[in-house]
Parts: sequence; structure tokens; C-alpha cells
Amino acid sequence: MSASVGDNLMRRVGLIVNPVAGLGGRVGLKGSDGRDIQKKALELGAVPRAVDRTIEALKRLAPIAAQLTLLTYPGDMGELAARRAGFDPTVIGTITTEGTTAEDTCVAARDMVALGVDLLLFAGGDGTACDLYQAIGEDAVVLGIPAGVKVHSAAYAIGPTVAGDLALGYLTGKTTGTREAEVLDVDEQALRRDVVSTRFYGVLRVPDDARRIQGAKAGSVESDASTAAAIARHIVSQMDDDSLYIVGPGTTTRSIFSELGIEKGLLSVDVVYRGELLASDVSEAQLIALLDERAAKIVVTPIGGQGYLFGRGNQQISPDVLRLVGVENVIAIATPGKLNRLIVRPLLVDTGDDEIDRRLAGYIRVVCGPDDARVVRVVSVAGDGADTASKSNLESG
Amino acid sequence: MENITARRYENGEPKLRRFHQAQWDEPILFELSTPGQRGLLLPAVEDEIRAVAGNVVSTLPKTLQRVTPPMLPEIAQPQVVRHYLRLSQENLGFDFNVDVGQGTCTMKYSPKINDQLAGSKQMAALHPLQPEETTQGILEIYYSFEQILKEISGMDRFSLQPGAGSAAIYAAASIIRAYHAERGEAIQRREIITTIFSHPSDAACAKVAGFDVITLYPDEDGYPDLNALKAAVSERTAALMIANPEDTGIFNPRIVEWVHVVHEAGGLCFYDQANANGILGITRARDAGFDLCHFNLHKTFSTPHGCGGPGAGALGVTDVLAPLLPTPVVARDGERYTLDWNRPRSIGKLRAFYGVAGAVLKAYAWVMSLGAEGLLETSKTAVLNNNYLLKRMREIPGLTAPYAKGRHRIEQVRYSWEELCKETGVLSEDIGLRAADFGVHYWTSHHPFVVAEPCTLEPTESFSKMDLDEYAAIMRYVAEEARTDPETIRTAPHNSTVHRTDGAVLDDPSQWAITWRAYLKKRDQVGE
Amino acid sequence: MNAKRPLVYPYIPNSVPDVRQAMLAEIGVNSVDELYEDIPKNLRLGRLLDLPEPMLSEVELARHVGGILSKNRTCEDFSSFLGAGCYDHHVPAVCDEINQRSEFLTAYAGEPYDDHGRFQALFEYQSMMGELLDMDVVNVPTYDGLQASATAVRMAVRITGRKRILVAKTIHPSVLSKMRDYCGPSIDVEMLDADLETGQLDLTRLKDALSTDIAAVYFENPSYLGALETHGDEISALVHSVGAVCIVGVDPISLGVIAPPANYGADIVCGDIQSLGIHMQFGGGHAGFIGTRDEVKYVMEYPSRLFGLAPTSVPGEYGFGDVAYERTSFAHREEGKEFVGTASALWGVTAGVYLALMGPKGMEELGVGIMQRARYLMMELDKIDGVKAPLFAAPHFKEFAVSFEGTGKTVSEINDSLFSQRIFGGKDISKEFPEFGACALYCVTEKHSQADLDALVDALRKAVS
Repeated sequence: MSASVGDNLMRRVGLIVNPVAGLGGRVGLKGSDGRDIQKKALELGAVPRAVDRTIEALKRLAPIAAQLTLLTYPGDMGELAARRAGFDPTVIGTITTEGTTAEDTCVAARDMVALGVDLLLFAGGDGTACDLYQAIGEDAVVLGIPAGVKVHSAAYAIGPTVAGDLALGYLTGKTTGTREAEVLDVDEQALRRDVVSTRFYGVLRVPDDARRIQGAKAGSVESDASTAAAIARHIVSQMDDDSLYIVGPGTTTRSIFSELGIEKGLLSVDVVYRGELLASDVSEAQLIALLDERAAKIVVTPIGGQGYLFGRGNQQISPDVLRLVGVENVIAIATPGKLNRLIVRPLLVDTGDDEIDRRLAGYIRVVCGPDDARVVRVVSVAGDGADTASKSNLESG
Repeated sequence: MENITARRYENGEPKLRRFHQAQWDEPILFELSTPGQRGLLLPAVEDEIRAVAGNVVSTLPKTLQRVTPPMLPEIAQPQVVRHYLRLSQENLGFDFNVDVGQGTCTMKYSPKINDQLAGSKQMAALHPLQPEETTQGILEIYYSFEQILKEISGMDRFSLQPGAGSAAIYAAASIIRAYHAERGEAIQRREIITTIFSHPSDAACAKVAGFDVITLYPDEDGYPDLNALKAAVSERTAALMIANPEDTGIFNPRIVEWVHVVHEAGGLCFYDQANANGILGITRARDAGFDLCHFNLHKTFSTPHGCGGPGAGALGVTDVLAPLLPTPVVARDGERYTLDWNRPRSIGKLRAFYGVAGAVLKAYAWVMSLGAEGLLETSKTAVLNNNYLLKRMREIPGLTAPYAKGRHRIEQVRYSWEELCKETGVLSEDIGLRAADFGVHYWTSHHPFVVAEPCTLEPTESFSKMDLDEYAAIMRYVAEEARTDPETIRTAPHNSTVHRTDGAVLDDPSQWAITWRAYLKKRDQVGE
Repeated sequence: MNAKRPLVYPYIPNSVPDVRQAMLAEIGVNSVDELYEDIPKNLRLGRLLDLPEPMLSEVELARHVGGILSKNRTCEDFSSFLGAGCYDHHVPAVCDEINQRSEFLTAYAGEPYDDHGRFQALFEYQSMMGELLDMDVVNVPTYDGLQASATAVRMAVRITGRKRILVAKTIHPSVLSKMRDYCGPSIDVEMLDADLETGQLDLTRLKDALSTDIAAVYFENPSYLGALETHGDEISALVHSVGAVCIVGVDPISLGVIAPPANYGADIVCGDIQSLGIHMQFGGGHAGFIGTRDEVKYVMEYPSRLFGLAPTSVPGEYGFGDVAYERTSFAHREEGKEFVGTASALWGVTAGVYLALMGPKGMEELGVGIMQRARYLMMELDKIDGVKAPLFAAPHFKEFAVSFEGTGKTVSEINDSLFSQRIFGGKDISKEFPEFGACALYCVTEKHSQADLDALVDALRKAVS
């Protein structure tokens, strides 16, 4: 395929490598954030993979090298990989010689965005994606080259060469769309104590990897954005005047607010009544107060690559809230693309309350379109949900 | 002398053929036009007729007269023939390749004798509205074939009117709608349940018929999930519409329970039997309790695929639903066959006249040439071929066959190249394009992908062991190439008729060209 | 179980016992039955299907099937004036030559590389139909004209967001039946009366019926009853004045001499291409087309595939692909884009060959010639006592309604008499349109010689006397 930047303009690409990503796994350590862990891993003989992975990805950009300005940080943070891949990068910033930290990633990212980049490539793991998000949010289009131990974040391509190809496609204008990739991270400290706890940080903008379908045998495929809008229209049309609607965080649920013409934060839980915003960014306490004797429904969407329905990023919808609303009044929504992309199916719940988790577990209808629902298993992370659950009473609304 | 046969082997394994597809660089037909040329002359109208009729064009108002002739190309006959024959050479029909790579399509040999019989004058020159005494032959074929399908499926009545599989599925949805409407439950029963691995038309046709569709995901082992079904049925359930085996080649061992659950809820059960090729004579729709089923005559029953039709669909139902079938149906009255138009409860017309009669004839002839034992042999060999190929394919590093761990498959398999992709960055679609360099087809899966980097292969009974070995060898070769020379794969095809298309223009309204005239307009607007 | 030696089948290469054994060994099972492990025992049929004895040899098969077919009598044995949606036009030998080529006949869903030929042939078909229809977008064929009409209606409903359509009473009854089923309970179909004199749409009735909740008006030109609609301009103007879509069902073979509906304001044109080089095959040779302007709002509503030109990685080389594959992502309507599957692609290729052979001159001569023959027949028939031909005071193309009211005989009786004279008389439409009494639909094509026409006139004269 002829690859060139058609309009002959220079493209600016930022490159940030987290050189210690992926260190821990090979030597049996969970995650590799934190200087101590990195040191330990290197002592155990771990070899940094991030640099090699980055080189693999960058090589895919060779056809347009002449039209690329590559901005990167010194040494291990990108310069090394860029040169080895045959590029002549513009090196900005400084780093200490003791080993890089998350703060370096953030500073680098902010610098690059300030200078202006068409695409920011980064190599690392889930932690790196979080750092990036903290630093620049949705201020630039980014794409991850996976090098971490467990890379679940949707901001990453499936592999380094695919990352390179996606970047090439985006820079040459073959892919024009972007999609929202949810950023979560497991709390590393907690994980090492065998307590799983994730946070939903927000979304990064990545090039949309929906591929051209040549010779499709049966019909066509909807893009996530338009399906989310269609789902939102459907949910809004079904809203009744008596119920409070507690809408959880996520990109798909945000579409509901767009449909109603209300602003909604990505991370917050908000309440709608009769088509108007009743309360925004509510806490558990506020929800319980609002629910006083009233009918309500909860609208949620699975968060992130692992498909948590409750327990990640929407802890405000606590077990008590669920008890008050009634587990049968939960409406789950998601685009078919999102469901298919989930790394692990079934959907997971972890409210912290075994009884509520058991009641949520079983099967749930996920609204995927105006006349389209998918039945998905729901499993409680705390215990086993599948076989003990009889027919779930969860309705699609 | 050179041993040309030995040259085709290396260490006992067949080498890949040095294939190249015809590449004529053939212009678009319009580019071959020469003003004045004629491809066909017509019988002249007799003088007396012209005299009596007068100037017929003037009987038309000006607004109805064609003033500007259609800008069709003007080409003499040999040039038309040559052009289309060249295009045909640039097309890889089943007859030409080990067509294992069109999974779910059931590519099998369409016996030439059947094509000849269907092309004979006694078939081709029949008008559908002729008096029935002149069409007893074709009506007998319809009737006889219906009896055959009844025995194969256990159903009570068939319509051979659907134009193809999706048309039959749509008709089934329409019948389901009518059935519930007759019971006053049309509003209440607005949901149809299907599975993610059934054909997309099961969902699409249900939606066209006005239903909401509930799709079930399989369990972790890739089997349809009975608990999910139980969670999905309710008093709103109109029907279950599923394929079995599914497009993954996995048979649902609990299918009877599935039917039971839906019947208990008051719904009907429709069996999409596009994937019937592995189970003819082994198991039947009615025995599992289904109320409706359909077959694709251009898949299981060998009628040729025709570039995408004409095919034909057969829709079977129980006696209870028979009055709802499309009109007319073929009936027998003693020794006479007749078309029954008197069907007040029918859903009406599905397709022009009585369906694709030529395909019905070919399907009938195919079954008659095989008989019960032959059909059984067909299915068993399809399953044998599939599991043999599965064994060979599993030996390829980087390829897996997800689901149904340790179990065999029925007639097709959905593989995954995810591991190879992670390792090399080569996508399943790329592998498919490279496969074209070796003279074979390859298909991924319906979109959106559920299985990552999928590849769906269906080796019907038409393929020999040698064919299957060849296909496996091609896949193995390409997988290896992904590691050593991925660039060749990413830029494939190299030995096909054209090279990799740049599809960007196809999504851009200012550039897409669905007709030559549209292309000319846009080209001339923009400049070269 | 049976003492017979195992049978080897010509269509099943691996039915050779040794080969089977080798394959089973490779898989690691003893018999094929083990491969069916997922099918419960109580679902196994456990017996051979009760089917007729097979004709294992080709000789027997040909004799058997040929024998059944020989009970048919065809339009080669009889002189036929049947039409009503299926037509006995000439099928050029080249059309059969091309659509019997195995390369096309046995192809299916390959990529636009290994199946480049099919993509190009269908693109050329789309293009030639575009010229015939004077429209820039034509689809890869759907099942038949019935489906094309029904889909056109649903497209209009999606485009306008309205749920009611008006349909001329004079359309093909099968099309109406299909529309009622396919458009389902959510779309309201209201009939529009025809002018009893002309057989054309009654414009006053149309005006009265139009409102801003009408999605589309559908009529056929010529109508099922053969009359040509001469007020297309006025009709489409009225339809557009309420923001509705004008859909016209047309016979493509008439468009060499008759103006295409796009010229008088049609937004969507649809119909069947069986006349274009496809044998009648007892009604099994149909394929539908839909044509529109090249506007995004129309293109996005096609459920069918649309093939378009696309450049390849080699400069100057071109290939093909599907246009606007993300069609559904554009529209903000609740409905999906129906469904697409195997339909009638081979007939599309065939119609392309036909149009290439005919060219503009051929289509014009064909159209004029047919009109002349039809007009001649109408005039001659009209001379018979009690017969009125054509029934309607309007121009016709190849079909026309003939009234036998004045003869006191039923069409059934008349057709029986014709049959005994080896003629298939026109379709009896007395039941379909009781308001016109004893009426039949007669069709003339380029295959009718003057002798054929004169013989019909004589035979009818006998039949009504």
C-alpha cells in the first residue's frame, strides 16, 4: 500500500517510552511501578522490553520518515529507541540518571502537547497510560505500544507492529476517526497485598481501529459513536416520569446526557428526573438522601477492558443504594463493539457486599441498540456467581 | 529425463503451486465502445405491421419519449464475448480452487448434469402462468422435493418460494409475527432471541419483521449458554431463531432443553439450518422440537452460488403453521399437481411467482443422485474432512481453534490467529489476501469479530484429502512467512488479478463511484 | 449392517475406504460417529432417511429427471401471450454462454482480488443500468422486482421518517402483497384509485390523499395493466410538494424508447431485470434493481451491496470494493438497513451482457418494434365483435388489457379455446380487477412474428363466436 502523507506537510509525533515497563512480570513480580520494584527486577535479571517493542513499532513508520518530526525525551525515554529504529529525533527535556519515574512521563507528555503533536506514541503498561492521562487528558491523540506486564488498557494496540501500523494509518489519513479508551489502573500497592482495587481515571483519545471491511458478506457495521447515540435515544424515550434515573460513569452513559442536552462528567454519577438534571457528581450519601421513598432506576455501562459493571469507578452506587433502588431496576447499556472488545467476558461485579453481589450475579440484558439487547453473564469477583444464580431479574427497561 | 512429479514434493510434503491468476488489465466496458458497432440485430418488424401501427412513438407525449438514447457502450459481438470471458478468467469459482476458505458458505461441487437438466428447454422456456396441465413436470419436481425435505427435517410442510436463505429467515419471522397476531399477542410478544454465533440474518430479519432482538453470548467454552436463555425468555418472547451447529461448527448438545424453555414461555422455535451439511440423516429439526426450519439450496443442496445468487431457500413448518406459508403452495390431487392459491391466512407473496424453480430442480436431482445413504455419506465426509483439517491446522504455530476444548467439531471451524498477530502484527485479513496468491479463497468471519483475528474454514465433502493437505500447507506457509517476511503478507496479494485496494474513496461521497457515469462526473469535476 | 460393498461416490472423493481410514487415524478416532459426540444419542435419527431409491448413474438420473420434465409443454411448443411480470423476450446465446461459465456460476463471496472479474462485471451492470435509468447509483441485484419495490418503500420511510405510503391500484398484485407483508404493521399502505378510462393514476384522488405524513407514492410505468402513465411530471411535482419520495416501478426493457422515470421526477426507480437476457424458468429467473441519485441520504439507505471503483497500490491500476460499508452509522433512524444475503448476482452479470450486446440502437429498435407489434395486435383485436383492445385509452408498451365483456364469454372459456389451438392466451385478470369484468392481460414481445399475431387474432375470433 502506498504510504505517504498526501499533502506533503510534516507530521509531528511525540514518543515517550517507559523503559521499566514490563520488568516485573518475567521475574514473577506483579507490576513494575515504583523504584524499589524496578531495582529488584533488574537485580533478578529482568531485561527491559519497552525499548525493543518501541523499535518494532517505529520501524512501521519508516515509509513516511521524511515527513515526520519525532519529538522525544533523552536516552531510555525514547531517544535510544528512535535512533535504533533509524530516526533522527528532536530531543527535548531532561531526565535524571537514576532511572525514570512517573513524573518524568507526565512532564514529557505536557511538554510535547505544548509543542503540538499530531500523535503521541507511548510505550508502557497500564500505569503508563494512567500517568499520561493525568498529565494531558484528552488534549492529544495518543496510542500505546504494549510493553507492560499486564496491559489491559484499551489505549494500547494489540502488539507493537499493529501499533506502528495504526499510527501509520492515522498519520497518513487512512484512519481519520478516534475513539475513547477508558483508563483504569489496578492499585499496585493494594494488589501486592492481594486486594484488587481499580480506579477509573478517564478516557484517552486513540485512533479508531475499525478496519475497512472488504467484501463484507453480510451488511455493514455501525461505529461505536453512532450506536451509543442510538442507545441513548432509546433509553431516553423509555424514561418514565416517576423514576429518578441514576446514571453511572462511562462514555456510553454520557451519550444519554448528550441526548438530553445536559453536560456530564465522565467519571461522575449523576441523577436525572423528568429529563432534567437533578443532581450531579453525587456521593453515596447524597444518593441515599435523594432516594428517600422514591422509585428509581440505575443506568450503568461496563467500565474498561475488564467489564466491571459495579465496583470500579462507580462505587458511589453502593450496596445500600442498590438495595434501595432494587437490583431489578438496573439497566445496563453498551455498544456491541464494546462488548465484543471486552477482554474477559462475563461482566464483573464487586460492590463489597456479598449478598448484593450474589443478587446481581447471573445474567443481565445489556441494551445494545434500540431493538437490540445482549444477554451477558455477570459474575461476582468475590465469589462464584454463575451457577448459584437462578434466573436474574434484571430488566433492560 | 526430469521427474516433474517428484518436483512437486519436498521431503514428502507437497510444495505450493506457482499460481498466478489471469491478469488482463481489462478496461471497463465503456472504454471499449466504438460508435456504430452492434452486438445483436433484431427481427425486423413486418411492413404490414408498421403500416397498420403507424408512428407509435408519437402516441407518447413528449415527456414520455426517450429523447437522449441511453449511453450504453456500442460493441460488436466478439468483443463482448471476449471481454466477459476475460473477466470470467479473473474470477475464482468453486470449480477452480480448493474453496475451503469460504466458511459458512458450504462451497461444494454443483454437478454439471444438474445444470444441464435445468438449462433444458423444458425448464427454461416455461412461463409461470401457463395452464397447469402444461407444467405438470416442474410441479411434480416441486412436490417431490418437498416430500424429500419433509423427511430430511421431520417437518410437515415446505415452501420453496424463498429466494435464498435470508429470504427464508425473513419469511419465518413474518410467520411468527402472524402466528402471534392471530392469538392477539402481537404487541406482547415483541422479542426474538438468537445467539451471537448464529448467522447475522437471524437478527437482521427479525428486526425487519419488527421484533426486538435479544442476543445471547456463549459460555466460556463456546457452547450456547442455557442459563443465558433462561434469563432471556419471558412473556415477551415471540421466538427463538438460531443456527445449530453455529458458525463456529459447534453443536448445542442441550438443544432440546433450549426448545423446551422457549415453548414453556409460549414462544416458537426456528432452526436456521444453513449449517445442515454435517447433519443430514444424522439428526432432524422436528425431533429436537422445532416449529420452523430452513435450508439453503445453494449451500447444502449443491445448487451453484452464482456470484451471489440466484440461490434458493426452503422453509419448513409444522402443520399448525402451514396455513401461514407464502402463497401459492404446490398440492397434489390424485395424479395431478396443482398450485394452491386459496390460502386466506398466508403471509402473502414472498417472492415473484413460485421461487427459483431452476434451483429446486437442481437440488432435487442432487438428492436423487445420492439417496439416503449418499446423503449420510455426504454429511459424514463433511465432518470427517473438517476434523481432519482441524488436526492439520492445529499443528500450525500461532493458530488456535478456540472453544469446545478437547471436542470435535461438526462441519466447520472458526480459528483464531490472535497469537500469530500478537507475535508478528500480521492480521487475519492480511493472511486471507496472501492466500489469494496461492489460488484459494479465505474468509475471516462476520463483523464485528467476536473471536479475535478469526478464520472460518468449511471443508465440505467435495474436497479430497489431497485438497485439504494443500490448503493446510498454504496456511502453514503463510504463518511461517509472517515470522520471516511479514511485509510480503502485508502487501499481498501479489499473484492475483489486482493489487491491494485503497478503500478510502469508497467512504467519501465526493469520490465514490458506483457507476461509470458517476465516476466520469467526479473525475472531470476534480480534474485528473 | 449391510453386506453390500461400501459405495464410492463421484461427488465425495474421500468416500474411498482407505482414504477414510487414513484420515480417521490421523484424527485419532475409530469412526466418524465419534466425531458427532456433541449430538445427544436421543437426537440421533438412528435409521436411514426414507427417501426414494437413488439414481447412482448419470444415465439413470438424466432419464428420470428428463422424463419428468418431458411432461412440460413450453412457450416453444405453444404460442404464448403471457406476461404479467414474467416475459418471453429473446435470450441471446452470448448471455447463456457467459452465465454458464463455471468461473462465474460457481463463484460466491471472494475478495475483490481473487474475484475481481465478478466485481467488474457487476460494476459494469450497475453502470449500464445507470445509463438506462439515467441515474448514478444502482445496486447489486436483490431477489426480484417485488423485493426491490418493498425495499424502495422502506428506504423512503427511513429517509422521511414518515410512516404512510400511497400506492396506485394498478400495480402488480404480487408487488402489493409483498409490500404489505414486508412493510409490516409499522407502515400504512393506502391505495390510490385509477382513472377507469385511462388506467392511469387519478390525479384528483392523489391530491386529496397527499399530506405531510406521506413518506412516498409508488406507481408503475407501465402499470400492471399495461397502460403508460403520461402524467409523471405532475405526479412527482405533487409528491414533492409535500416532501414525499416519488418511487416508480419500471420495465427496464422499455427504456430504449420510453423516457426513464428520473426524467419526470422519480427519486427512486425499481423493477425487475428478467427481461434483460434471462430465461423465464417458470418464474425462477428474476432479479430486482433499485436506482437513485448519487446523494448521500439515498446511498446510505441501500441494504444491498454497492460496488465502486477504487485505486490500488499500483498507480494506474484500479480495483473494486463496497461503497459506504458503514452505511448504518450515518442515518439517525431507529431502523436498521434491512438485511442482505445471497440474492441474484448472476442475473446482474447476465443483464449486463445483454445491454452490452444491445447497445443504445438495439434498445431503441427493440422498444419501437415491440410497440409497433403491440399496437398492431391491439388494433386487429379491437376489430373482433365484443372485444375491446386496449381496454384503456392510453399509450401502451408491450402489455395491454383486453376486455371480452361484449362477447358474453368468460376469459377462462376463451383461454380454453385458445389452448386447444396451441396458444396461451393472456392472463385472466377478471378476479383481480372485477370492476373491469371479463378481462385478460396480453403481452407482445420481439419474438412474435406477424404470423403469430395473425394466428392469435383468428383463434380469438373463433373463440368468441
